Amino acid sequence: MIDRRLITNFDWTLLGSTLLLIFLGVLNLYSASYSFSSGSTPVFLKQVYYILMGLAAILVILQIDYKNLERYAYWIYGFSVLLLVAVLVVGKTGGGARRWIGIGGLTYQPSELMKLSLILALAKYFHNRNNIGGYQLRELGIPFLLVGAPTILIMKQPDLGTALILLSLFVTVVLFARVRLKSLIIAGTLAAGSVPVLWQFMKDYQKKRLMTFLNPEFDALGSGYHIIQSKIAVGSGKVLGKGFLSGTQSQLQFLPEHHTDFIFSVLAEEWGFMGSMVVVLGFLFFILWGVSIAKECKDKFGTLLSFGIVAMIAWHFLINIGMVVGLLPVVGVPLPFFSYGGSFVITIMMGIGLLLNIRMRRFM
Amino acid sequence: MNMELYSREGISGAPSRLFIFSTIVVIGALIIFARLWYLQILHGDEYRQKSENNRVRIRPVLAGRGMVLDRNGKVMVDNRPAFDVFMLREDAKDFKGTIMNVSGMIKSRPEDIEATVRRDSPFIPVRIKKDIDRDTLATLLTNKLDLDGITVSIEPKRSYPHGTLASHLFGHIGEITEKQLSVGGYEGYRMGSLIGKSGLESKYETYLRGVDGGKYVEVDAAGREVSVLKEVDSYPGNNLVTTIDLELQTVAEEAFKDKAGAVVAMDPRNGEILAFISSPAINPDIFAGPLDPQEWNSLINDPMKPLQNRAIQSQYPPGSTYKTFVAAAALEEGIITKDTAFHCNGGYKFGNRVYRCWKKEGHGSVSLHRALVESCDVYFYQVGLKLGIDRMAAYARKFGLGEPTGIELSDEKGGIVPDKAWRKKRFGSPWIDGETLSCAIGQGFNLVTPLQLLSAYAALANGGSFYQPHLAKAIVGPDGKVLETFQPKIKKRLDLSPETVALLKDALQGVVNEPGGTARSARLEDITVGGKTGTTQVVKMRADKRVKGQDLPYWFRDHAWFASFAPAEDPRIALVVFIEHSGHSGGHAAAPIAGKILKSFFDLEKQRKEGVQAEVKTEGNAEVRPEEKPEPLPEEPIAD
Repeated sequence: MIDRRLITNFDWTLLGSTLLLIFLGVLNLYSASYSFSSGSTPVFLKQVYYILMGLAAILVILQIDYKNLERYAYWIYGFSVLLLVAVLVVGKTGGGARRWIGIGGLTYQPSELMKLSLILALAKYFHNRNNIGGYQLRELGIPFLLVGAPTILIMKQPDLGTALILLSLFVTVVLFARVRLKSLIIAGTLAAGSVPVLWQFMKDYQKKRLMTFLNPEFDALGSGYHIIQSKIAVGSGKVLGKGFLSGTQSQLQFLPEHHTDFIFSVLAEEWGFMGSMVVVLGFLFFILWGVSIAKECKDKFGTLLSFGIVAMIAWHFLINIGMVVGLLPVVGVPLPFFSYGGSFVITIMMGIGLLLNIRMRRFM
Repeated sequence: MNMELYSREGISGAPSRLFIFSTIVVIGALIIFARLWYLQILHGDEYRQKSENNRVRIRPVLAGRGMVLDRNGKVMVDNRPAFDVFMLREDAKDFKGTIMNVSGMIKSRPEDIEATVRRDSPFIPVRIKKDIDRDTLATLLTNKLDLDGITVSIEPKRSYPHGTLASHLFGHIGEITEKQLSVGGYEGYRMGSLIGKSGLESKYETYLRGVDGGKYVEVDAAGREVSVLKEVDSYPGNNLVTTIDLELQTVAEEAFKDKAGAVVAMDPRNGEILAFISSPAINPDIFAGPLDPQEWNSLINDPMKPLQNRAIQSQYPPGSTYKTFVAAAALEEGIITKDTAFHCNGGYKFGNRVYRCWKKEGHGSVSLHRALVESCDVYFYQVGLKLGIDRMAAYARKFGLGEPTGIELSDEKGGIVPDKAWRKKRFGSPWIDGETLSCAIGQGFNLVTPLQLLSAYAALANGGSFYQPHLAKAIVGPDGKVLETFQPKIKKRLDLSPETVALLKDALQGVVNEPGGTARSARLEDITVGGKTGTTQVVKMRADKRVKGQDLPYWFRDHAWFASFAPAEDPRIALVVFIEHSGHSGGHAAAPIAGKILKSFFDLEKQRKEGVQAEVKTEGNAEVRPEEKPEPLPEEPIAD
């Protein structure tokens, strides 16, 4: 039986803004996939199925007190690492990378689950440790291992975007948990110092890959082209956009990834500056509201967990749009609520389920 | 839940750090806001203009595919220029009209062209016709004004200067399938990209394929090039140096002309394939150009199966060539010694049936050496019975039979080595002893491919090392620089005692050189050849009637085998000749052909040695020491 207090404390604002963003996302995806008819089920409809699965996941998560989750945090983390190993052994290949495992007729991308599992594991670790005066360097050894193992496994797939997200999550959560200034300086110096050493040990093709990452023009036929076309798409939207289903850049399929990583360019082209601003402000509201959940949470585990989830969504938002508008290099980071992809949708929805969970139990 | 476990104090200073985080996100959003303002409002008109007559086109510049060379660097597969017709939907103002116009000139159905073009983005030129002839090219060029969006490009195509020669090795290339493109793992390939589909073209695709380049060009509304924004160079693919000796191959093809079957020669010291024939063959050029469906149908329905690679995909009973393996088993297992003799009076009664020897009058009392030399069936019936099928099978497997050799060609068959377990699994019934007799002379359920038999004999010839047969010797860059050499690989060892090997090899040279031997037609003057003949019945002959092979209808005629190596003391070549439905025995049909090929091999060897010596002599004046003579490739890379 659900406690009545849980229902009165339910965060309708968070759920409402989530559903609004999801609605805009599906609408936009419908337009993005409008002109190509390949495949039996339309892309936007598949996305709707994933969203329904995500909503079911939220319902399940709400039943469990998040404090109970802490006990299983390391187990969930270990399970996710195992899945990542499985990907490298029996994974499916697509577009040159091995990122998926098949379950029945479906495929799942375990690196998405890893994002949440890492937050859970870090939250549990820091919760069990007092931090008067901030953490010292040696206390960060285990968190470093916690992020290192999955990052290496994901780099092997290779999936630079997800690896980057894991590292940003690690840095943000650790800084939030508070590190001694002295330790911070040492760690920063060590990290900076290790770069030339690592460079020495890298193979030629790895160096080349990194160069392309830092400078897309290096790979002019690939990501450089993306950036040019994406900028044309965004810019040509002008103030009010070309209108729903009328974006020439995307309808004519200039952008091969336009329903996944470059989905925002479709929105910006068809809805213009005004439409883009609605979405950017929507994200901003969502993130700041999420921060308030972390602030109001009374226990350390819940605070860390909710902060981590909000940070995850924030980084995806900033990096993805930064990439689409040509401010950041092209890395495969999807946009929450908008990019197509089952594993990603479900991960984001589960994260929101946890936020709702933490929020409604804030007085308990 | 026990709440006391959870500290209510939270994290010290958390609110201030949450504030910092919020500030960072807000700043990030502001930057995005500014950037969108810049792109959409300040430069919106400019970008709108760009998108309206979106003018950036990619013009692919295809890389030349690497050549396939023989071991001495002679070209076996090359490229030639071919003209392909492309259509760019975006530039065709009157889409349907252009299609109607062009369809008559290139003789394709308008519906087919439209379907092809619609498959890809309107901004990417789609190939609508491959390899047009010069007349069509002239027609297209003169009518250019009625053909908006139609372009003709020159692309390198495969050409085969030697026609059908060794064609089963190369395989063919073709357009990448939509399925391959959709599963991924094919970066750098597009619709219409060519990819190796079979044979060496497919196996060494990654080496042969070059890196396609491209041009980003700015075009006006009519599709005319205004400027080149960016150009990416294409790099030709690397050349594959095979182990094939083109001159030996040519001689072998000549010797095997008009016959169906297979001829494969190998260097027994390292597994390098020197010559490889599967006959009948087709000219692979028909796959390089457009393939007429009718032509294709007649190819796949041809009863002679020219597409089948008989050397690795056809499985036949090995006939008497199998006796060598039975003899090895019997010697190793101590069933016989070299002196154990059996009596042959032309047949052997077992159960209520008489199993005949090929020689009606019988061989009299024979021991191992004569039994192999004269290929006495009765001797091997009795040895086989003593050994039992399972031990016989175990040794056949030692020789590599029953599994693919692992040569780098696809769809290689593994043959069959029957034993009790196999029979149980295959037919669900126990082994019948009479079948052991047939198997002992290679006639029962045994099936081998010519390449398997060759590898087995090569392993025996070199004293017991089973080399993985292979076709690739090296990868050479377009500039001639050796990028990679493929080393010989010993797959396994036969583990036969030196005495057994010596006895068998002595008997096999007797087959060719001694009076009464079945392969005297393969004899060479100054080189000792060793080998074993085999004749495989396709239909069981009736006991009372001996019909001459060539009087039977083609499909019922016997197959002829000859497996050989030379020089017997220290073999440098192993050779299998297999003639399908020859109608003659291995000794009469296959051995003489093998003799011709072996003779040419040693003649060539001699010529080349003399050639090199002559060269060294002339260069001697220029003070070039012999060991410094430039060599295109290492001739024998680390054999043992």
